[in-house]
Amino acid sequence: MKKNTEPIDLEKVVIKFAGDSGDGMQFSGNQFTNTSALLGNDLATFPDYPAEIRAPQGTIAGVSGFQIHIGSIHINTPGDIADVLVAMNPAALKSNRKSIKKGGIIIVNVDSFTKKDLEKAGYDNSPLSDNSLDEFQVIEAPISKLTKESLKDSQLSSKSIRQSKNMFALGIVYWMFNRPMTPTENFINKKFSEKSEIAKGNIKVLHTGYNFANTIEAFSSSYTVKSAKLEKGRYRNVMGNQAIAWGFIAASEKSGKELFLGSYPITPASDILHELAKYKNLGVKTFQAEDEIAGICSAIGASFSGNLGITTTSGPGFALKGEALGLAIMTELPLVVVDVQRGGPSTGLPTKTEQSDLMQALYGRNGESPAVVIACSTPSNCFDWSFMASKITLEYNTPVILLSDGYLGNGSEPWKIKTVKDMPDITPLIAKEGENYQPYLRDKKTLARKLAIPGTKGLEHRLGGLEKEDISGNVSYDSENHEKMCNIRSEKIKKISEIIPIQEVYGKTNADLLVIGWGGTYGSLYSSVDNLINEGKSIALTQFNYIHPLPKNTLELLNRYKKIVVCELNSGQFANYLRMNFQGIIFEQYNKLQGLPFTTLELESHFKTLLD
Amino acid sequence: MENLTKKDFTSDQEIRWCPGCGDYAILNSMQKALPNLGRKKEEFVFISGIGCSSRFPYYMNTYGFHSIHGRAPAFATGIKLANPNLSVWQITGDGDALAIGGNHFIHALRRNIDINILLFNNEIYGLTKGQFSPTSQKGIKTKSNPHGTTDTPFSPSDLAIGSQSSFFARVVDTNPRLMQSIFIEAEQHRGTSLIEILQNCVIFNDKTFDAITGKDFKKDAQLILEDGKPMIFGSEMNKGITLNGLKLEVVTIGENGVKEEDVLVHDAKEEDPTLHAMLARMQPPEFPAALGIIRSVKRKTFDSGVLSQIEHEKENSKFKTIDELINSGDTWEV
Repeated sequence: MKKNTEPIDLEKVVIKFAGDSGDGMQFSGNQFTNTSALLGNDLATFPDYPAEIRAPQGTIAGVSGFQIHIGSIHINTPGDIADVLVAMNPAALKSNRKSIKKGGIIIVNVDSFTKKDLEKAGYDNSPLSDNSLDEFQVIEAPISKLTKESLKDSQLSSKSIRQSKNMFALGIVYWMFNRPMTPTENFINKKFSEKSEIAKGNIKVLHTGYNFANTIEAFSSSYTVKSAKLEKGRYRNVMGNQAIAWGFIAASEKSGKELFLGSYPITPASDILHELAKYKNLGVKTFQAEDEIAGICSAIGASFSGNLGITTTSGPGFALKGEALGLAIMTELPLVVVDVQRGGPSTGLPTKTEQSDLMQALYGRNGESPAVVIACSTPSNCFDWSFMASKITLEYNTPVILLSDGYLGNGSEPWKIKTVKDMPDITPLIAKEGENYQPYLRDKKTLARKLAIPGTKGLEHRLGGLEKEDISGNVSYDSENHEKMCNIRSEKIKKISEIIPIQEVYGKTNADLLVIGWGGTYGSLYSSVDNLINEGKSIALTQFNYIHPLPKNTLELLNRYKKIVVCELNSGQFANYLRMNFQGIIFEQYNKLQGLPFTTLELESHFKTLLD
Repeated sequence: MENLTKKDFTSDQEIRWCPGCGDYAILNSMQKALPNLGRKKEEFVFISGIGCSSRFPYYMNTYGFHSIHGRAPAFATGIKLANPNLSVWQITGDGDALAIGGNHFIHALRRNIDINILLFNNEIYGLTKGQFSPTSQKGIKTKSNPHGTTDTPFSPSDLAIGSQSSFFARVVDTNPRLMQSIFIEAEQHRGTSLIEILQNCVIFNDKTFDAITGKDFKKDAQLILEDGKPMIFGSEMNKGITLNGLKLEVVTIGENGVKEEDVLVHDAKEEDPTLHAMLARMQPPEFPAALGIIRSVKRKTFDSGVLSQIEHEKENSKFKTIDELINSGDTWEV
């Protein structure tokens, strides 16, 4: 069946590239993403890779995957299950066997289904010959062999040739979905501009894969996914960690404060450090410290010295930063701590997502030490929230904790590019030379204190972790002063609710069921609630970004609904936080602790039960 | 430049160290040294961790930051990188710098960030009331080890040299003039300047440095090193240090045919730290303790490296704003 019929138009499709962690699947996935984005599809992606750099080859533990969901309609999640799976070896097939749609297409590299490979993946018999894949359309492609064959006249080493086979797989999928190869060709030519032999080889294999798919008559048809109806404007694809980094640079530019990042590498937050380290040209200072504690302490020092000091980490690192964060709260200095959450406790699941650091963010410090807590909810709005976190910390001179997670950080989606001009102004609260400076004198409205930056004549003063006397900021052990200062620090955070927007609801204000989420679960919660609304169900969603303080209409909003379910990727931390704040309201819970995001399917089925 | 005096550097806070504490002399020496540096008062920042010594910034009428235990080098690094024009001083003790803060301490030295570290070494924990520290002599009996410590102490100089320290000096709290001159030299040195101050704790470890500072014999127990000068010391200035094989030796000039020119001449600028380490390890009664600037070598500073990279990138990059950055690469119009 050659492609002689018109391609079939799909509204949306989920594709997963899976292979050994050295097989270049992240590269193939990223290329397919960029090309689809350029064609105007809406999309969401999610890489899924092992914590080990090169886990034993061919094993289940070593499988690296990249899932992409593209559509001509609005796409909110990387998709529950795949319509198309590319499996470069038996382990990749086995580990994804359960997440392929019935009737879906599986493309396997048949050359890697040798006895040894099958054994490593734990197969007794080849799944290609025992009818176990009958419910799928399986395309057996000799990817390794044809890659080798097409490069036999090249000067490339056999290692380089082996490493090119991901391009063959990409070529097949490009043909299947009628994607142009030019964007990838351009990318390869640029990437290997000084190694033209590699560039030529990769492009050749890409074409070989494409032509193979066109020729073999195994595909009953090819497909198209038309461009999505997105709001007018200029777009680009962006990953969550990248967007966080850019939001900070934008805030730095808007506030006139140089950006300083003190950080220590940790999965899945390191990409923020990598991204910011590139932009020395924009005056960004990044300091890879000797440990997590030095990361946050250097950031606090930089803030004291007049920069916008930030630190980035994940759960275990966040735990180490607790004491220093308390100091920033006591000294009332600007600081943003980004926690890209992963599975815990302890080292936990470094590459898997979870929302289990909420209580740590709210309360994980000694003493009464309130901090602002904000959560990002989509890969692209990470930009807005790191900008907003910077604005609050600079205008209130108080630390802000920004929660992201592995799913948002590594996920990507198209983003309508913002311009700094259109972002809100940031006015840092700083004392000027000649003022009669009292370090702990406060703005009456916001209760924020002013900073005096070293180098400013006449404003010399001392800060520290010992309790401060109100107004003068001198060390004070006075009991009544301590209570007063504790109250002020708490009140100051509460007052921030005055400037944050009211909490919005998607769906009817009197629906039978209110779904509550916070942070990175937005995509899956929105998709499932949207589907149920379209089915005529009486359901609504509210997703929180401001966690502490909560928006001021929260109680009024909760009171409108008879039944409320709080969904989160932990055992109920936000639900308990709401119970503590709003006693008497009943919050049901839906929780998941598998290191994976919610699927829309499981959510829909649970909400239906609650609605019955 | 306005004329600053000691008074300008004295804050209005009541000093709360124990009467007789060695810290008073250090504070005084610092307040006297700073006016000689030709810098504006607002350019000085004092940063400390936790411990008796770490109260120091409260008594200095400069910008100051009393941070958390052991982490002062990290704060100082952030402060200096954010504003390299500042003169940054870290005040720390043997517990703060070498126990809880050991990691930050060695990394500051290896990076050679342009700050000055005053290590108040009294070989004991004071603020927590008398436990042994990482520099306490082996066997010392304290509340936390009533049967005597079994720990081997750190040698701050070995730790510093092992961390590629570019400036290491040692003083005693009973010699304010030497302290002042070393504080000035430390400030003028580009890179991390580490000054170990042998400081007496009158309450928990009194007289622990008496073998070095005792009035009657200190001239025989101290070798005050000066760059380019022979290592001569003693009440009659007739003792010297020579190298015998791979070991240092105390000799008496005029005895056994030893002449003045046989005595080693101090070279603080020598890149190879071997002799510096040997000198710093000398201890009474066999040897005098080496004081003064033991090592002062030129090495590129961390902050200047960071800044020159930023300047270079700013000049050579096509992006000047975040708008240009986020509109670069693959974008499309809808």
